[in-house]
Amino acid sequence: MRTVEQTTQEVLDLAAKHFQVAQGSLAPDDDFFKKLGINSLQALELLSRLENHFGIELPDYEVQGVSDFRTLASRIQSRL
Amino acid sequence: MLDLSKYQSIGGALKDAVEVFANETCLIEADRERENLRLTYREFRDRTIPVAKALQDAEFAAGDRAAIIMTNQSKWLIGAYAIFYSGGVLVPLDYKLTADEQWQLLKHSSARVLITEYPIWRQLSVAKGRAAATELQMVIVTEAPIDTDLLGGVRWEIPSTQTGEPEFRPRTRSDAATIVYSSGTGGRPKGCVMTHENYLEQCVALTSLYPFVPGMRYLSILPTNHAIDFMVGFFGPFICGAAVVHLRTLRPEYVREAFVKYKITYVSLVPLVLKNLQKGLQARFDALAPGKRKVFHVLVVVNKTLTKHRPHLGLSRRLLKQVHEAFGGELRAIIVGGAFTEPETLQFFYDLGIPVANGYGLTEAGTAITVNDLKPFRADTVGKPLPGMEVRVIHPDANGIGEVAVRSKTVMSGYLNEPELTAETIVDGWLMTGDLGRVDLTGHLQLFGRKKNMIVTEEGKNIYPEDVESVFESLPVTEFCVFAANYIWPQRSMVGEQLILAIHLEPGQSLTASLRREITSRNNRLLNYKRVHGIVLVNEDFPRTASMKIKRNVLAERLAKLDRTSAVLEL
Repeated sequence: MRTVEQTTQEVLDLAAKHFQVAQGSLAPDDDFFKKLGINSLQALELLSRLENHFGIELPDYEVQGVSDFRTLASRIQSRL
Repeated sequence: MLDLSKYQSIGGALKDAVEVFANETCLIEADRERENLRLTYREFRDRTIPVAKALQDAEFAAGDRAAIIMTNQSKWLIGAYAIFYSGGVLVPLDYKLTADEQWQLLKHSSARVLITEYPIWRQLSVAKGRAAATELQMVIVTEAPIDTDLLGGVRWEIPSTQTGEPEFRPRTRSDAATIVYSSGTGGRPKGCVMTHENYLEQCVALTSLYPFVPGMRYLSILPTNHAIDFMVGFFGPFICGAAVVHLRTLRPEYVREAFVKYKITYVSLVPLVLKNLQKGLQARFDALAPGKRKVFHVLVVVNKTLTKHRPHLGLSRRLLKQVHEAFGGELRAIIVGGAFTEPETLQFFYDLGIPVANGYGLTEAGTAITVNDLKPFRADTVGKPLPGMEVRVIHPDANGIGEVAVRSKTVMSGYLNEPELTAETIVDGWLMTGDLGRVDLTGHLQLFGRKKNMIVTEEGKNIYPEDVESVFESLPVTEFCVFAANYIWPQRSMVGEQLILAIHLEPGQSLTASLRREITSRNNRLLNYKRVHGIVLVNEDFPRTASMKIKRNVLAERLAKLDRTSAVLEL
């Protein structure tokens, strides 16, 4: 079982890879909309990628209003 | 389609629709690859009875207000039907607002009942704003896990303990049907009071151009609290016996699948999603082998020639088979709304034989004022006025551009509890839209920016500067004010709009890194689409009224003298 820290790191790494920014340039408390300059549709693409990676289903309502990696990782962690 | 001229209310028309179309498919609800639910109109009606009964048992009276805060799903429509059946006034609220914003609007609307989903209620029930909404007496919660304490809410599944049928409560055309918030959540929420007549007339006008019949399927993606989805994803298809498809997961891959699986006839999208679709299609075309790409290009040119004067769906579907099959093969039009759409995007789809029904509307005027009638398609305009809508341009300049004003039976009766604001907005029966436009010789309306201090995002969100200012309260500066940048420096454009924060620093104070961090941190508390994009420093006291309110228009005139590029410091 992953720890929440591991999950958070995997979320950061995947986001960096998906949006082609340098590994390590993202931090848990970053607002991903602002830091990555993405819109709500691109955020949905990231969610699909995260679901595949973690092998979970993340309902849309669970991530409604979430905009930072730490909270996103905690929502994923609760479904692992 | 029912003859709506015979009806006095939404509830009356819906009540007949579920009987007339009893055996037609009414609702389909899917979650990813799973189909959760499929109801005929008769089955839909059966599901509304316990909800209507629960409302009436709770002494919900005709004219009382009931709010819905839900994502797009079958229970949204079941709940709305029960409210209208019981003579209630529906208050559809945006599920994407924060809990405190939702409580503010619940209080402002004096809603007695709320129907909401458990994940939303989980946040709402513990938010501090709850204490202020004292008129709210009943909360019906859907999808609540078994054995969960609903903190004062009742379960959707067992909302009534009484037996017997609920009674139908008739309303008249001039009675309020809904209170729809066109803006939010600042000090002065704008609750548009829409009458039953507004909806009955709007529905007749819209279906004259884009009709529904039994067997057609509308894919509901725009939030149902939005005027467009309420009309074309609920009332319109229902009074024609068509079906509405809801998806509980709006990931692009499942949306794409739904087009094919459910053979969608119409869908409504915001410009952002339409542009994304365009991007995806263009990438696929670019990836074709050179020979295939050439053939494809020729087919598009042939299609453009054949559809120059009007769409020919059958021909386009045969010519560009693969493109149309990717959309299920039965798509008649994409309805785009909520914000301005760039002409290139509209033309891209039209050239593929997929008409985009773009138009122009605002909550205050019902769903739509103008819609492209496709005869011929004019991507550079927002179409012609719908039947029954009068549009005129006030004080046109030398180019014929002025403020767009509208008069029709679809215009709201006014803003809730705001007689002065209503009088400023509806003048001698004409709704002053605050948008700048021109009507060309063929009767098409073209838009050229805004006169009002607000922005609309590509996701179709109306943002008023006053609504975001509270997050900057007690910022350690002399004073501040938020503006739509285009209000200060007018642009002949309705895309790429941004908010800026005007700041008057304390004497001797400078814009330090720590002050910037403070501003950024507060800015980040706002939902992403509401954030300000830059700062403008002002070196003098803000002009104020006798009651110390900022004179925004005077301050904007002063700021307009600055060069925008150098004055706006990006956040």
